[in-house]
Amino acid sequence: MSDTAAQPREDPDGSEEPTEGSGDAADTGAETVSTGADSVVTALEAAGAETAFGVQGGAIMPVYDALYTSSITHVTMAHEQGAVHAADAYGVVTGDPGLCLATSGPGATNLVTGIADADMDSDAMLALTGQVPTEFVGNDAFQETDTIGVTRPITKHNYFASGADTVGDTVGEAFELSRSGRPGPTLVDLPKDVTQDETDRTPGTATPPPGSDPDPNADPDAVEEAARAIEAAERPLCLFGGGVIKADASDAARTFARTYDIPVTTTMPGIGSFPEDEDLCLSWAGMHGTGYANMAITHTDCLIAVGTRFDDRLTGGIDTFAPEAEVVHVDIDPAEISKNVHADYPLIGDAGHVLDQLTAAVREAPDASAWREQCAEWKETYPLTYTTPEDEPLKPQFVVEAFDEATDDDTIVTTGVGQHQMWASQFWTYTEPRTWVSSHGLGTMGYGVPAAVGARVAADTMGEPDRDVVCFDGDGSFLMTMQELSVAVREEMDVTIAVLNNEYIGMVRQWQDAFYEGRHMASDYTWMPEFDKLAEAFGALGLRVDDYDEVAPAVEEALDYDGPAVIDFHVDPEENVLPMVPSGGANGQFATAEDQL
Amino acid sequence: MSGDSAASETGARPDADARPAPDEQPAPEERPHPEGRRNLEGIRIDPVVEAEHESRRAVISALVEDEPGVLARVSGLVSRRQFNIESLTVGPTTVDGHSRITMVVEETDPGIDQIEKQMAKLKPVISVGEVAGNAVTAELVLLKVQADDPAAVHAVTEMYDGRTLDAGPRTITVQLTGDEARIDDALDAFRQFGIIEIARTGQTALARGDTPTAPGEKPGTAGEPTTHDD
Ligand SMILES: Cc1ncc(C[n+]2csc(CCOP(=O)(O)OP(=O)(O)O)c2C)c(N)n1
Repeated sequence: MSDTAAQPREDPDGSEEPTEGSGDAADTGAETVSTGADSVVTALEAAGAETAFGVQGGAIMPVYDALYTSSITHVTMAHEQGAVHAADAYGVVTGDPGLCLATSGPGATNLVTGIADADMDSDAMLALTGQVPTEFVGNDAFQETDTIGVTRPITKHNYFASGADTVGDTVGEAFELSRSGRPGPTLVDLPKDVTQDETDRTPGTATPPPGSDPDPNADPDAVEEAARAIEAAERPLCLFGGGVIKADASDAARTFARTYDIPVTTTMPGIGSFPEDEDLCLSWAGMHGTGYANMAITHTDCLIAVGTRFDDRLTGGIDTFAPEAEVVHVDIDPAEISKNVHADYPLIGDAGHVLDQLTAAVREAPDASAWREQCAEWKETYPLTYTTPEDEPLKPQFVVEAFDEATDDDTIVTTGVGQHQMWASQFWTYTEPRTWVSSHGLGTMGYGVPAAVGARVAADTMGEPDRDVVCFDGDGSFLMTMQELSVAVREEMDVTIAVLNNEYIGMVRQWQDAFYEGRHMASDYTWMPEFDKLAEAFGALGLRVDDYDEVAPAVEEALDYDGPAVIDFHVDPEENVLPMVPSGGANGQFATAEDQL
Repeated sequence: MSGDSAASETGARPDADARPAPDEQPAPEERPHPEGRRNLEGIRIDPVVEAEHESRRAVISALVEDEPGVLARVSGLVSRRQFNIESLTVGPTTVDGHSRITMVVEETDPGIDQIEKQMAKLKPVISVGEVAGNAVTAELVLLKVQADDPAAVHAVTEMYDGRTLDAGPRTITVQLTGDEARIDDALDAFRQFGIIEIARTGQTALARGDTPTAPGEKPGTAGEPTTHDD
């Protein structure tokens, strides 16, 4: 992609920053000499890394120099936050750890939000950060930050590279650790002397550290006990979380639910694990999940929860969450068991393996025909809905549905955070895993555009250039990271960005209307630029849509356009996301109208 | 792809209005609600015996790789998750490169369980568990008291098997060791003299007899280092 080898490799002394200290004595000029940085790149290649996202800088320059001749494609981003979200989305779509690079100090701190985001969503990722030379560490040297200290609580583990001979092994281990067991972000901080120093040691085969690769199978006796409980249930319900997708267990999940005719809800990160157009599927549960999913979760007597951490956006108040259900909880991370919701049947293992074990162990489908009828009835009673009166502006839900109609099942959807994210998850019918790419646990505004870049690169890397990538963004979210549009233009990336522009930071406005007497403190965004013109300024296709009639043609034009396209949809600013479970409330008491809040 | 409604490519309006409107649906309070409840720990409340967990004291021992930042990782974990910690001690073991962290906490059973599980997730933690049964525990305390009545201070120090480390015209500094109850008693006794300063290390502990202190730990004998299953 970007940055291909063209010139012979030469590095002066790495002091592209004139004010930088003098720790760059080592001369890495000669082609034949191997450095710590070469070892880093060798380890990455050996681990199967194909793509990296990042931004250059003084302390990381040796690593970039070593990438010059590498098979790894580097995508230069406009901002490190863009790099880390792109890497995250790349990982979500491909199933391999995303890789991002940043220099020390501000480069590293700009990664922080995206690392925290990956941590909350258990996304495999490796962040490599440059660091000032070891001798300056702790001295407040130019562009020094305690990256290890800053990222300690938001990484699965972080490493401070201590020498050129070991740095390759460290990077290889960090890469493997990020995807072993419960995935998560890892980070290796690379002092410049470590990457510049010479080494003749080739990194060994990378393995995850001892103890980090747990047994994928659950205890067979525990599986038997859980199977008996499932057979005896009258109102069984599957709850598939993001862990099902991480574990590539969607097939196993589908087989289990279909074999025993058990209705399915998902969590928001679990979207795509089970086809939403199937009768058994009740879509996703939680704060803005469907009414029928929330009714089912409230009334089930046996909740088979797989790969979910029972986030409060899902559970509402714990006291009213699935209050009569015995809980079968499948998770690879023992610490998730009974953390928020007590597990009556804890099954520790890989989602796919344990679902296969369960499928084999359940001998008879639970007698649940009345329950399935009840679920179907709830589906009829509480459908997702919105109104489209003549005299009202365009409804955002309509835009989402129009895109869904116009694209194939394998289309990848990315989002920012806010109302548009909820509509994109509610009014699109997801049928495949790894097609929904969003920021769940951290709820990071601005995730959408860089994630679309990462998703595009992922699809192309996987040899699927025909897959569409659609980003639904809010005006507020778009404004936070739209600079990554420049990357999409530079790389001629085929992505479509649909800005659902309500001239509000809408989700905040909705809460203010519901809970703060309509006092719109700092939520009016009436000063929004014209996004279609901005898109053109970036070199992208820019369109603006105000009316229903313009939607389908614009969608078609944008999807047909071979390159990045931005459609600025001016939607009803007063539209609200419903249903809604008020925070801490009971799932079954979701509001379907504003006056019920 | 199959959307829920018919937003056709010709740009016609969707049929969203055909779906039941909120005023045709039961309001939140009109819907059926189950009787059951869960407590704060997410445990279903048995209508007969409502199980609420009491906090209790637990001694947790962890064997860790002695790498830079390990204490920061453990203490960061404890503070981030708001566990109620009484003391935390750390020191080397018989194995080079291993340390033992001993933590005394006041938590409910599910809380203690979480502490162990969260600690076990940290990469440098080799093994962690609650010290079984009645552990042998001890703490070291230094305290400085006023020296108005040196003979009386000396008598109390003797009584609690303490040692006088420094005696000057105005202050006496004493060292005490022992389990928590004994230390508490001693401090009560010293209070009469006027305690000026105090420094406590926090409890450290070993399991009694042959029982390993951290799970899987193989107690060593003289000259033979402690080992571990992994
Ligand atoms: C980085 C960040 N800052 C603040 C918030 C709090 N927040 C959540 S939703 C929201 C509004 C989002 O507005 P916009 O992107 O325009 O989307 P809309 O809700 O209007 O669809 C805000 C400010 C956040 N989630 N992330």
